[in-house]
Amino acid sequence: MTADTLSTFVDAVERHHASVHRVAPDEATSTIADLVDAPAVGVPLPDAWGIDLPDTVGTDPTPADLDAAATGVTAGSLAVADYGTVVLESDAAGSEAVSLFPERHVVVVRTEDVVPGMREAIGRLGDRLRDGASAVLATGPSATADMGELVIGAHGPREVDVVLVESAGGGESVAGDGDPATGGATDE
Amino acid sequence: MSKSDSRAETAARIRHLLDTEGDAVAENTRGFNRGRYESTGELGDYESLKSEARAIKEDAIERLPELIDDLRESVEARGGHLYVADDAADANEYVREVVDGGNVVKSKSMTTEELDLNEALEADGARVTETDLGEWVIQLAEEDPSHIIGPAIHKSREGIAELFNERFDPEEPLETAEELTAFAREKLLEDVREADVGVTGANFLTADSGTMALVTSEGNARKTAVVPDTHVAVSGVEKVIPTIEDLAPFVELIARSGTGQDITSYVSLFTPPVASPPVDFSDPDSAVADPGRVAGDGATEPHPDREFHLVLVDNGRLDMREDDDLRETLYCIRCGACSNSCGNFQSVGGHAFGGETYSGGIATGWEAGIEGLDTAAEFNDLCTGCSRCVPACPVEIDIPWINTVVRDRINRSGDPGDLDFLVDGLTPDEEPAGLDPTKRLFGNFETLARLGSATAPLSNWGAGLGPVRAAMDRWLGIAPERDLPTFERETLVDWFAARGGPRVSESMARREAVVYPDVYTNHVAVDRGRAAVRTLEALGVRVRVPESAAAASGRAPLSQGMVETAREKAERCRDALLPEIDAGRDVVVIEPSDLAAFEREYERLLPADDAERVADGCYEVLEYVFGLLENGADPGGLAAGDGEPVAYHAHCQQRTLDLEAHTVAVLERLGYEVTTSETECCGMAGSFGYKSQYYELSMDVGEPLVEQFGDADRVLASGTSCGEQLDALLGSPAEHPIEAIAPADG
Repeated sequence: MTADTLSTFVDAVERHHASVHRVAPDEATSTIADLVDAPAVGVPLPDAWGIDLPDTVGTDPTPADLDAAATGVTAGSLAVADYGTVVLESDAAGSEAVSLFPERHVVVVRTEDVVPGMREAIGRLGDRLRDGASAVLATGPSATADMGELVIGAHGPREVDVVLVESAGGGESVAGDGDPATGGATDE
Repeated sequence: MSKSDSRAETAARIRHLLDTEGDAVAENTRGFNRGRYESTGELGDYESLKSEARAIKEDAIERLPELIDDLRESVEARGGHLYVADDAADANEYVREVVDGGNVVKSKSMTTEELDLNEALEADGARVTETDLGEWVIQLAEEDPSHIIGPAIHKSREGIAELFNERFDPEEPLETAEELTAFAREKLLEDVREADVGVTGANFLTADSGTMALVTSEGNARKTAVVPDTHVAVSGVEKVIPTIEDLAPFVELIARSGTGQDITSYVSLFTPPVASPPVDFSDPDSAVADPGRVAGDGATEPHPDREFHLVLVDNGRLDMREDDDLRETLYCIRCGACSNSCGNFQSVGGHAFGGETYSGGIATGWEAGIEGLDTAAEFNDLCTGCSRCVPACPVEIDIPWINTVVRDRINRSGDPGDLDFLVDGLTPDEEPAGLDPTKRLFGNFETLARLGSATAPLSNWGAGLGPVRAAMDRWLGIAPERDLPTFERETLVDWFAARGGPRVSESMARREAVVYPDVYTNHVAVDRGRAAVRTLEALGVRVRVPESAAAASGRAPLSQGMVETAREKAERCRDALLPEIDAGRDVVVIEPSDLAAFEREYERLLPADDAERVADGCYEVLEYVFGLLENGADPGGLAAGDGEPVAYHAHCQQRTLDLEAHTVAVLERLGYEVTTSETECCGMAGSFGYKSQYYELSMDVGEPLVEQFGDADRVLASGTSCGEQLDALLGSPAEHPIEAIAPADG
């Protein structure tokens, strides 16, 4: 991940009708808080990230909470600069449903997990999926052209905000060709 | 039914679709097609990605039994089930047992359309709801999909609003696309909440991990897979590829090829049974997951409450795998590019250009393999062989060849007709009795042309008479609206001989070339042949037009599916051209469809080495001029443009050979101001537009050319039939570009 890769990522996300908010680690929680519409549900971010969800985001949602939520907050385990894609891993905590049902999805991604192209992303996912993981390559909000013209917001979220958390070392790479394990979730 | 009645019925059906669905289909498919050009243009390695995707599919189909075993191992290791169903009944029986009359939500799957799975489940009392918005519209309207990726593209927003308002009678009538989408989302969410089973298709299955890729934009496939605790995926056996890493080129190509997006909103890579907890809306107040879980917890473990069934459907596919001509069909990733790039499809859509399930160019392969020749025969004629789908296909399938082969099989399956005597005497071909007389006539154009020139002008007078045209329409299916070719008494070969042979001496010659006297140039469009000779001579080429080279390429019979006749012609033409090539002469070809035969189809008709030598020795005439100019030939003797605007429509097969740019470059170098057409095919496509039942469709396909070129003063076209079509569309004749640049006759 280089500065170029990150700016490519930001441009690509915006091209796909979503927004990026680049923040330092200690600003992440307040940025998320600013972005969520109530009521909000979320899945706590991996412990190793050291980022808390704001208090306004409820965790351990019920089906009724999912139905009522205006915002869902989840982690993105990997991102693809060329496409503005965020990788949403399925887990036992219910990240898949939380990222899918509410009108707005706020997804938190670390700069060190942004890879330049689709091939690198699939390369990193190979072993992970062979281990049994599932992941959605999500690019922008849900959309349909089936009703006579393009409509943003179909069965999934209508708005997507990517909170891009800078690596501790700053904008330039600390994990440019880093350990694939950082791309995944944390419970192995 | 007589052949003429059946043609009238086909024409009426096409006319009805042009009137009712044509506008919506045209707008959508042409939009997708423009998007494809833009988004594939952004890929620096587009061609190599296609070749890589092709190689993966070739390998996967070659090793399919082994890969299915690997996939089974991967799925079963996670506690899932894999069932290989022999046919539709077998697959439906399996899914019925799993569903057991419960509530089903589905995401879009053409394979389940092929199986008629919904009907089978509903017979058990199951409530089946399609959740893809387009597919739901079709379900409500009780219609069939008109496109493999956009099932409702034949419907306008107004039509959908009317359907919803009538069906659901909302308090406020729905009108905008946003309102329709929001309404559908809420309505379908109720079905998702109550679902017992989610049924999806699969775009790809990776044998190494048991992962299925679902390429979607609405998010309904995610809901279908994640909410109910039971997931059934139904897929053709051909979707299996070896590894996760093999997905890379497909993920980059599939949406660009289909809708022209660089990627869809969601490419789900599910390794079922997945880790996500089911969402049980019947227990709305209990936490979905075990409390206290954080992101990534249990990500690789199947959720214990989940059940997963993968149904791999054979239904004819394993036989297709053994069929040298249909095998390529199995490489298809169902992106829709061959539909969107097809002139005929853009006009009528899949309700005409489609079979029981599949539509567009590749459908001929699918329907022939799955349903049989009778189904393929219903729409196979609509592939004109224009080949614009060839560069569009992300797995490089030679879709026109599949259509040609299936047409040949259909020809051979016909009953001997009672009209064969009409054309038999004229047509010493290799085809069976019972071949459609229109096809036989066009397939033997060479014989007709020889006779036409020999008896001109008598032949032309006779063919122009009203009663003759009525009889030709009735008995041979030739549209009375079309002007017939006028045969020249003096052929190009005769003219060249009478003129006294080559005019550039051997010692002064820059190159030596043969202008190939194709059937049309030799007998009908002699002027463009003369123009080619004069142009090349002005550029210092010693030109010959020998009688011995006047052998038809085989294009005419090939386009009618008369493969054996085409092979026989190809052998004769090879025997005519190779001695010239071996003697160091370049073969210069004016008619792009003949050049395309040499470059593309001869490898199917001739030994590989012969085909390669012919292909290497032949050049399109403006490509050849371009090469001469690049190598220093002096264009001073040619007719300069001096800024004159010209509108140029390249031939479809010429574009597929990547030879449009050469003509444009030559014209621009000579000072013409060139506008090129944005239309894939003019609609004439050789003989297609001459056929009574397809005349109106042909004119509709050409309509965008009227919009673009209607005001042009001078129109150029490289193909003979394109020129005829432009004349019919615009009311003034088009010239070949070589006629524009040739030195004056003298």
